[in-house]
Amino acid sequence: MTRPELLRVQGITKAYPGVVANSDVTFSVGEGEIHALLGENGAGKSTLVKMIYGLVRPDSGSMTLRGAGYQPSKPAEARRLGVAMVFQHFSLFEALNVAENVALGMENPPPMRELAAKIRAVSEEYGLPLDPSRMVGDLSAGERQRVEIIRCLLQDPELLIMDEPTSVLTPQEVEILFRTLRQLSSEGTAILYISHKLEEIRSLCDEATILRRGKVVATCTPRERTAREMAELMVGQALKTPERRLGAKGEVALGVSDLSVDSPIPFGTSLKGISFTVAKGEVLGIAGVAGNGQDELLLALSGELKSAPDRVRILSQPVGDLGPVERRRAGLVAAPEDRYGHAAAPDMSLVENAFLTAGVRKGLTKNGFVDWAGTRKFAEEIIAAYDVRTPGPDVAARALSGGNLQKFLMGRELMQGASVIVINQPTWGVDAAAAAQIRQSILDRAGEGAAVVVISQDLDELLEVSDSFAVLNEGRLTKPRTTEGLTMDEIGLMMGGAHGMEVAHHVPA
Amino acid sequence: MDFGGINPVILIATLMASAVPILMAALGEAVVERAGVLNLGVEGMMIIGALGGFIVAVETGSPVLGFVGGAVAGALLSLIFALLTQVFLANQVATGLALTLFGLGVSSLGGQGYNGIKPPSTTQLLPDALADLPVVGPILFGHDWMVYFSILMTAVLWWVLKSTRIGLIIRAVGESHEAAHALGYKVNRIRLMCIAFGGAMAGMGGAYVSLARVPQWVDGITAGAGWIALAIVVFASWKPWRVLIGAYLFGGITVLQLNLQVAGSAIPVEYLSMAPYLITILVLVIMSAGRKANGAPAALGQNFHASR
Repeated sequence: MTRPELLRVQGITKAYPGVVANSDVTFSVGEGEIHALLGENGAGKSTLVKMIYGLVRPDSGSMTLRGAGYQPSKPAEARRLGVAMVFQHFSLFEALNVAENVALGMENPPPMRELAAKIRAVSEEYGLPLDPSRMVGDLSAGERQRVEIIRCLLQDPELLIMDEPTSVLTPQEVEILFRTLRQLSSEGTAILYISHKLEEIRSLCDEATILRRGKVVATCTPRERTAREMAELMVGQALKTPERRLGAKGEVALGVSDLSVDSPIPFGTSLKGISFTVAKGEVLGIAGVAGNGQDELLLALSGELKSAPDRVRILSQPVGDLGPVERRRAGLVAAPEDRYGHAAAPDMSLVENAFLTAGVRKGLTKNGFVDWAGTRKFAEEIIAAYDVRTPGPDVAARALSGGNLQKFLMGRELMQGASVIVINQPTWGVDAAAAAQIRQSILDRAGEGAAVVVISQDLDELLEVSDSFAVLNEGRLTKPRTTEGLTMDEIGLMMGGAHGMEVAHHVPA
Repeated sequence: MDFGGINPVILIATLMASAVPILMAALGEAVVERAGVLNLGVEGMMIIGALGGFIVAVETGSPVLGFVGGAVAGALLSLIFALLTQVFLANQVATGLALTLFGLGVSSLGGQGYNGIKPPSTTQLLPDALADLPVVGPILFGHDWMVYFSILMTAVLWWVLKSTRIGLIIRAVGESHEAAHALGYKVNRIRLMCIAFGGAMAGMGGAYVSLARVPQWVDGITAGAGWIALAIVVFASWKPWRVLIGAYLFGGITVLQLNLQVAGSAIPVEYLSMAPYLITILVLVIMSAGRKANGAPAALGQNFHASR
């Protein structure tokens, strides 16, 4: 099928100090085509679309839109020429309502009342129900994305850029999104779809451009390739699936019963009656769309949020009222999701960061003084074992790339010999090879008898590492189930289906 | 109709005038903070405005030009803050505090030679026939134009922030500068304009102290009004009409305690003098307590740099 060419990107190069984000990138998108930009984190996808959207200027190269030269100097210009973008990290304002958020993304918004009516009309036309007067802070991730999409659709774009749109959606919400995108495509809107999820791309996209380290390495028709072929093009090497060592499950190492705590985070989700147990050698995977209580659960387990003593037990010892340091002493280590500021102190060196959580368990203090030699040795061990790319252990944590810092932080928690390990988003922003390595070491720890809780939004990851599987939904945890034999449909239902889309709710029998 | 030597009509009329400096400064600061900038230099901008306004009014003989001069002086000083925090990304808290100290020092230096001079007086706006009406006359019609202007500004800012596009953009920038930047808004430029506006408002408020309230030039003439304005902004949840309530409350108690002192109250003077500060903060705390989200702009006090 040949389509008239809409956008052509010719020889685009963009360098930042120390890194070439895009080097001589060339590809084209036809009218009404769904075109995938495929690549790992750091492959340069985001920089590329930011140039198309006018947020970043290319160093060299040219673009044409419908045959005419296209050099947007700012997003407003790109929008005027018919290019719209839905961001990966939503560009929404939590304390403003839906209509205000939409108005901010438009050049000449109509008066609020008309705009609200338009939002209702468009949202119904595309099967994306949305109430214009609701506060965005109260919306689920799926609904927030609808706000972004509708903001774009109100401008009748010819090219819609979507940056990793499905990373925060339940499987059912993904289906709804795809239906909308196909409808748009059939109406002649081209879509530039950025993702690293291969099955999605195979089911949705007409063409794919694969980027690796800022260069185009292949162009293909996704339907004619297997996911594995595309993955290897993307990574540039054969992929290894983590192998699971089957250890016998032991006694319960972490027990949580009827844990309810209020969220300390603005617009956060309170935990409501959470109960589960994890045995020695077991990996419990906790799925759920972001913002359903993941951060709060980690805080409640790590000890940053306290509860009644017997609500949380480590090796049968009640620890609910203990803080993080006492819980580490009792055998629980935790790795939060936010790397810059929560898991690590960004301006302190790796050695200092190693001491911050490992000081207690690794005995890195002597008579109240820090044992710097021992701490440095520990930091160096982590760097070696987890292949952290850094000039040395004295570098500030902030200076490491997200993926490298993540490897360091995972290593720091996993190498403390703890009996209970809690991790939120273990491989977020890490490239595929390193992600596989982190997953492997999680499985290794479990094989050695640690009880592990992995909280993640990546379902494939959870299915790969976990023995049992549960879902956080609006602060409630489903009953954990054995991972084996779970289907995507079942998981989707556990995740509460599509938020706000269900007419009939499941009534507990 | 007096209560213990205090006439309530005069009291209300006086409090409206005495609240003007704080109201103006707090309204300006509310806009600045809505845009996500914490400028602690209000006191400094007020006193520079007080001096600038005084000098211009004395030299030109026109009180109106004096207020314009006060606004310009406050705005100019605030641009130093804007340059440091928005361009050089200096810490806002430290820069704001430095601005206050700088303003106090400069005003003390520049005010040499202006002590003991009387500025041209700012007169009543409406004809005496209206102002002489019983009760409503002094309260509604007996003021100079700045009193009406400050109330008008409250209404205008309320409307701008709530219902206009520029207000929406200001709130958006203060809520999430990252998102605003992603949508193509010039975060630092918008903030810079808000800072200059806040400086002009504080400057006019200061000029009102030296031209209408006192009216003469004395060192340290604003006497901490800028700090109360800052507190009022927070406890008023960044809402213009509540800022007005807070300012009137403070102005009212200031006037009341002065009257009580004159009337020879049994309460020691020291307690009366601290009462306005204490009661205003207490009342505003109670007003803003109990509500979960108090509406602080999420990006308040954070500098923005478009790195990628």
